[in-house]
Amino acid sequence: MEKMISVQGLSKVYASGNIALDKVDLEINKGEILALLGPNGAGKTTLISMICGLVNPSAGRVSVDGYDILTDYRAARRLIGLVPQEVALEPFEKVINTVQFSRGLFGFAPDKSYIEAVLKKLSLWDKRDTPIRELSGGMKRRVLIAKALSHEPRVLFLDEPTAGVDVELRKDMWRIVEELKADGVTIVLTTHYIEEAEALADRVGVISHGRILLVENKDQLMHQMGTKELTIHLQQSVDKLPEALAGYALRLAPDKQSVIYSYDTKAERTGITGLLADLSSAGFLLRDLQTSQSSLEDIFVDLVKD
Amino acid sequence: MNLHAVKAIYFFEMARTFRTLLQSIISPVISTALYFIVFGSAIGSRMVAIDGVSYGAFIVPGLIMLTVLMQSVTNASFGIYFPKFIGTIYEPLSAPVSYLEMLVGYVGAAATKSMIIGLIILATSFLFVPLQIAHPVWMVAFLALTCVSFSLLGFIIGICARNFEQLNLVPALIITPLVFLGGSFYSISMLPPFWQTATLFNPVVYLVSGFRWAFFDTADVAVTYSLMAIALFSLLFVAVISVIFKTGYRLKP
Ligand SMILES: Nc1ncnc2c1ncn2[C@@H]1O[C@H](COP(=O)(O)OP(=O)(O)O)[C@@H](O)[C@H]1O
Ligand SMILES: [Mg+2]
Repeated sequence: MEKMISVQGLSKVYASGNIALDKVDLEINKGEILALLGPNGAGKTTLISMICGLVNPSAGRVSVDGYDILTDYRAARRLIGLVPQEVALEPFEKVINTVQFSRGLFGFAPDKSYIEAVLKKLSLWDKRDTPIRELSGGMKRRVLIAKALSHEPRVLFLDEPTAGVDVELRKDMWRIVEELKADGVTIVLTTHYIEEAEALADRVGVISHGRILLVENKDQLMHQMGTKELTIHLQQSVDKLPEALAGYALRLAPDKQSVIYSYDTKAERTGITGLLADLSSAGFLLRDLQTSQSSLEDIFVDLVKD
Repeated sequence: MNLHAVKAIYFFEMARTFRTLLQSIISPVISTALYFIVFGSAIGSRMVAIDGVSYGAFIVPGLIMLTVLMQSVTNASFGIYFPKFIGTIYEPLSAPVSYLEMLVGYVGAAATKSMIIGLIILATSFLFVPLQIAHPVWMVAFLALTCVSFSLLGFIIGICARNFEQLNLVPALIITPLVFLGGSFYSISMLPPFWQTATLFNPVVYLVSGFRWAFFDTADVAVTYSLMAIALFSLLFVAVISVIFKTGYRLKP
């Protein structure tokens, strides 16, 4: 898998002494969608801001498509589009002018038809001559995205793109992300909505207190999520399970009074009926049963709790 | 060299200027007219000619300088402070743009605006006093250099200012006194010897003197000194700005 972004030992200590990012290592593949999931204050914006050149790193290095973000900043930044978390736009400027401005800023020659396509994609074409201050909040977010796409970026950072936006814009945003992915654009989005990570991401990174706790294939996480555990409490303690039960891959709990069975809720047969029958024919008496499910939410909550 | 970016910043800033051009022009033109009425006609009629130039004409270069300096500092400081204030500065800072390119865009736009205003005031002056310009090319050159060097200073002020009060205070506290003590309305040679020496540390003296030389062919300090002084100030300002960008002072946390 080719790397698009490589982050090595990246740290940020703000002037206040606040350690916002603590020796983060992260590799992002070309063409993938990575969702950075983390609570407020986890360091998501700080991480993105450093890659984009808005915050000075305290330590560590970052390269984008092989270009170092400090020594080769021109080549690195030309590839990057950023949709910031906070809406910041020139209030008196017209929509189309501010989008054309962005394209020029990134060193690209004017291209009317490309800008038109971007504005149409974001349902902004009818509003192109409207001064930004007359737009609704959702429309302003669309303008931010249009600006980020104005220079045909190969990497797109979306910092909490759907925080507080209406359903329609959220759906549009997801559609645009899918289209960009189809074009081979690498996308990094931060969010604290688990559903968003589930809907869009190829991989999910969980970040908390300035550290990346896990970066995992989403399907793998989903699989873990689809797994349930059945705990069977027995009336007697067992030292060793009989051979007859080997096919169930049972685990013996440390108290030796219960066995744990993992099964896939999405599978056609869970195997529970057979297991219970086999247990009783092996002479075990059952005291209680208990099931538990691990969701991405659980994994997430588990990871980020202090 | 990212020429597209320089053009983008320059024209974006000029568009801001043209949206408010009428306001930007009316106020300096009115105040200049008032100066002419008060100093030129009312007081000037009782003043002797300085270096063979009627007082009304003598103050024209100083008046233009006064407005152009204030405009340069105000335009340039506001031009960079505003994007910082509303947050849009994130874009040029994350773009493949060097600080020199940013500088050319922002400072170039601010300097152009003050240049336009300076020329409009010059045109207004012709309505009040008879004027000839001895070295027209040098006149324009001095005007342009002044616009650029004080727009550079304004850019520094705009980056360093923490709020709108500071943004307004610095020009009022520093620029206005420098201009009034810089020989805008009198010849340095009219001052007592101590103050003649003291004023040589005032950058505005060199600007006004050089500018006045371009009009009347008489100067308080030699023209070459004026040119050297402007070049020196500009270099100093650029050096300060390069340090600001290298460290990210007040731009990047
Ligand atoms: N400019 C700054 N100066 C000082 N501390 C900051 C600054 N920006 C963010 N922080 C702090 O750094 C930490 C991470 O913030 P941030 O990256 O914005 O988190 P997230 O985007 O995940 O919500 C927080 O504790 C925040 O208060
Ligand atoms: Mg954030």
